[in-house]
This record gives sequence, structure tokens and C-alpha cells, in this order.
Amino acid sequence: MADNELILLRHRQIQNLDQLPIYRQNKGFESFKRAVTSMKPEEVTEVVKASGLRGRGGAGFPTGQKWSFIDPKNWPHYVVANADESEPGTFKDREIMESNPFQFLEGVMLCAYAIGANVAYIYLRGEFWQLAAELDKHIEYLEREGLLGDKLFGGKYGLRIYTHLGAGAYICGEETALLESLEGKLGQPRLRPPFPPSFGLYGKPTVVNNVETLASVPLIVERGAQWFRGFGTEKSSGTKVFSLCGNVEKPGNYELPLGTTFRELIFEHGGGIPGGRKVKAIMPAGASSSLIVADDKALDTPMDYENVPNVGAQLGSASIIVIDDSVSMDWLINKTVRFFKHESCGKCTPCREGTYWMHHLTDRIHQSQATWEDVILLQDVANGIKGRCLCALGDFATEAVTSGIQRFRSDFETKTQAAPIQVETRVSS
Amino acid sequence: MNALQERYSQEIERVLAKYPAEQKRSAVMPLLYIAQRETGYVTREQLDQVGEIIGISSTDVASIVGFYTLYHDAPGGKYRLQVCNDLPCALRGADQFLDKLCERLDVEQGGTTADGLVTVEAVMCLAACHRAPMLQVQSRTEISYHEDQTVDKAMQLVDSWRKANGNGR
Repeated sequence: MADNELILLRHRQIQNLDQLPIYRQNKGFESFKRAVTSMKPEEVTEVVKASGLRGRGGAGFPTGQKWSFIDPKNWPHYVVANADESEPGTFKDREIMESNPFQFLEGVMLCAYAIGANVAYIYLRGEFWQLAAELDKHIEYLEREGLLGDKLFGGKYGLRIYTHLGAGAYICGEETALLESLEGKLGQPRLRPPFPPSFGLYGKPTVVNNVETLASVPLIVERGAQWFRGFGTEKSSGTKVFSLCGNVEKPGNYELPLGTTFRELIFEHGGGIPGGRKVKAIMPAGASSSLIVADDKALDTPMDYENVPNVGAQLGSASIIVIDDSVSMDWLINKTVRFFKHESCGKCTPCREGTYWMHHLTDRIHQSQATWEDVILLQDVANGIKGRCLCALGDFATEAVTSGIQRFRSDFETKTQAAPIQVETRVSS
Repeated sequence: MNALQERYSQEIERVLAKYPAEQKRSAVMPLLYIAQRETGYVTREQLDQVGEIIGISSTDVASIVGFYTLYHDAPGGKYRLQVCNDLPCALRGADQFLDKLCERLDVEQGGTTADGLVTVEAVMCLAACHRAPMLQVQSRTEISYHEDQTVDKAMQLVDSWRKANGNGR
């Protein structure tokens, strides 16, 4: 592979790639045209399967396999692009859609052709209002150019793409909650199975893929599965956009092969930690992540789906939050728990009530008004949430709490030692 | 045809055309954005109007307004200045930024300035963690991002609104 060859953030190397003529000069929509005019839909799925591409939204599920699960007996089929990007620490899909929009749209189109969908929706978080307006313009342009619409390239296949704005709900990044929201209901997850490829939008077979996943597809179809496998590792092929933020000199998006180490990302690309501080912890999957102790072993761990679990976390959406040694973990988990309490959809009792109680407890601990008993109670509440909810939000809410208490115990000891003896007085009204 | 339909008939038709004819309910969120343009929040009458267009009850529409944070059921400032102070932004000083901004505007978090122009709110992650502190402005008609903020920069923004709204103190 060429050094620093970018696949997803190509706009940084090709000026004005967000303009259709420039995108087409760079072989844009040739993959889509070739697919529609000379490939069978299942051949497109086979290429994606062979590339080893895994879902970039967080779960890392093999993309081609997901497409092949689509139920061929139930029609119509839908594609839904998940552009709800709301994980604290994640801001990659936004850059792709803003600066390399046609590659993303071509990915949506290739997916639609592969699964026989004639309609695709792009579900964007409501805050991406301006971005949705831009995408609408791009979609209109593609219709005028004959790249979207009925009877494409003189054949039978036709495709329409529509944007749909959410309105501020993290839970809608969960694919079944997203589908509920797109159906005009509360964004609350469904019981699975059935999974969307058999029962999705309006109960029809649906593929829901993340923006970055879809944006990876056009070049895979253009250059082949083996080319894509030339990047990354055996089990985690390709490049990934790492969103780097927190206590780091140069926060931003960095597209690197999967398997790049934390050390390279944080220190070579990110310029290290400001103010002569040391890195204390890393959250590799945004606020949903466990806290990794940033020792040498962790820093030298390759960021891919198979190795991050070895240091007690998941790669997830690869939103790397760097935490320096000025931060105490009681403050940090108070922040993350507040987020999940706000974003819990309220459907499952352990998550709805548990995040509320965890927020109370982390507030008390952070304000030095708690004893060690409260820390134990906090862990109890977290245990009561984990594994007991329909979707992963409840679990996510406990990751930083549990790993924080286990791996940064002294932060909590310090906080609770300082606690004054509380005499509870109850005044009847 | 109700008042909302009369006023925005073409736009509402375009919205409805995005979804299968028997799935009109999908249009509830875009229709609420249209409704909210009028006064910056969704009124009781509008709940009925939106429900009527897509064939669901006003209560159902109200549940959507209550669930999603970008819909409001009560009046606020003309501009809702929404600062993210989630973990990544807080690691880059968003809490202090928000406190100082509230101080300069003489409001509490969630409060509205005396001239009724600005409501300051703390909000959850806005996917701009690398350019914190940052804020989003929700007006009746649009949402805009303002990144790499300082309190002075944010105050300049507020001053520009004050001037535009005939209050150049």
C-alpha cells in the first residue's frame, strides 16, 4: 500500500471532491454504473464479503454477511444509512458527509443495488440540519445527472434516496430504535431477533449501515476485495477513521489502517498530551467505553477489533478519548452517567431507573459526600443494569463506572475518605 | 385542510412524498420541524394539526415532541444557544465556558435573557468534540454550529442578534 493513502478522507488529498464533476473525474459513480449495467446484485455483495469490511458504527459486524441475510421472499427491501452519529467522542461521519459526500452516496447506492432496494433513507441526527440540506442538493443533482431515478442507465433498476432528520436522541443510533423513529414513533429499540435484514423498516427486510461503512464500499467495488485487504489486519481489514479528542494536542479525525497502535495515534499523529501532562486513561469507543489504564502495554496495543479486548475494552466506533493525569475518575463517570441517564429511552426498567440512581451516586461521590458504601452501591446498581436491557445503552452506561472503580480505585478512595459524616435529618412537611 | 396545511401545502406534500402512502406517520418529525418554525415551539393547536395530516392522535404527536430534545413545548428565547458540556468537550473546558457565558448573559442554565432573545442550554454531545468548546444555535428556522469558541466570540454572536433585533445596547 502507498503510505498514507486515504480511502474515506480522500477529500484531504483531492481538492473539491465534494463537487460532482471532480468526484466523477476520480472514477466516481463508475463502480455504481458498472454494478448496475454488468454485475448481478449478489456479485456486489460477494465483493464486499471478500473484502472483510466490518461495520464501522461500533458493532463491527461483517458488512457483506449482513447484506446476504436480506430475506429474498419478502419485498420491498430498504437501505437505511445510519447518520445519527451521537456517541460522545465521535465526529467522523460528519466529516465524510460534509467533505466526501458523493462517495458516501455511491456507497448507499451500491448497497441498495446489492440488496435490490429501490428506496434508501439517510437518517441524520437533527443537529445535522445543514448537512441534510446539502445532501438534498447533492441527491437532486444526481437525479438530474441520471445517476438516481427510474430505469437507470437504460435498464430496469431504479433508486430514490431521501434524507430524514432525527431530533436529538442518542438512542436512535441503535438500529432498531432508528427504524422506529423513521416510522414516526418514539426512538425505542425493538426486541431482537428478528433482525432488520428480515424485519426492518415497515416490517420489510432492511440493511442499516453506518456512514463510514457505506463510504468504504465504492473503492472496494472499484479496486477489489484484495486491494482493501492490503490495509489493516487479517481480521480487521481496511482503514478506519479514528476520531481523536480529549486531552491531546491535535484532536481531529485520522484515517489509519486498522491495527495502528494507540501510541502512534496519540503521540505521532495527535502530538501527545498538552501541558507536559501524562496520559492516564483511554476510552477507545467514546463514552460507551471501558476506561483503559494507559500503560505501555495499552499504548502498544493495535487498534483493531481483535486486540483492543485484550486490554479490557472494545474498539467500537474508534472514538478515542484521551484522559490526562489531572482528571479524577469520579468526575469522569459522573459525566458519562449523566449522558446515559439523559439518553436512556425509558423502555427498560434497569436502564431507566439504574442510570438515574447511578447519577445520584456519582454526584454524591464527586461532591465528596459519599462513603465507600456508596461506591459499592454504585457498583451494585451497575451490575443490576448490565445484561438486562433490550439494547446496549444500559450496558454502555456501566462500562466506565465498573472499569473506573476497578482500575482507578484510588480516585474513589480519596473522594470517600474526605467525606464528612452525614447525619440525615428528615423534616416532615 | 387545516391552517398548517394551508400555509405550507407544497412543502408538506414534498415531505409526505418521501414515504410510502400507507406510512404517513413517518412524516411526523419533518412536520413538527415545519410547525415549530412559527413560534419556536409546538403549540397545542399544532399537535392537532400535525396529527390530522398523518392520521394519528394529538397525544401521539405530543409524545414525539416530549421524547426528542430538538422539539419544544413551551416558548423560549428567539435563539436557543446550546452548549455541549459532555465529557470530550468538558475535557477541553466546556463547563467553565458555559459558566462564564451564563455569567456574562446574566442567566442561569436553561434560562432566558431579560430581553427574551437568548435561552442558554447545556446539551449532550453534538459530534464536534475536536473543536470544543462549541455551541449550536437553534432558531425557529435553522440549526447552526459554532466551534472553537471563546466567551468573547459567543458574546459577539449574541451582540449581532441584539443589533439585528433592534436592540443595540
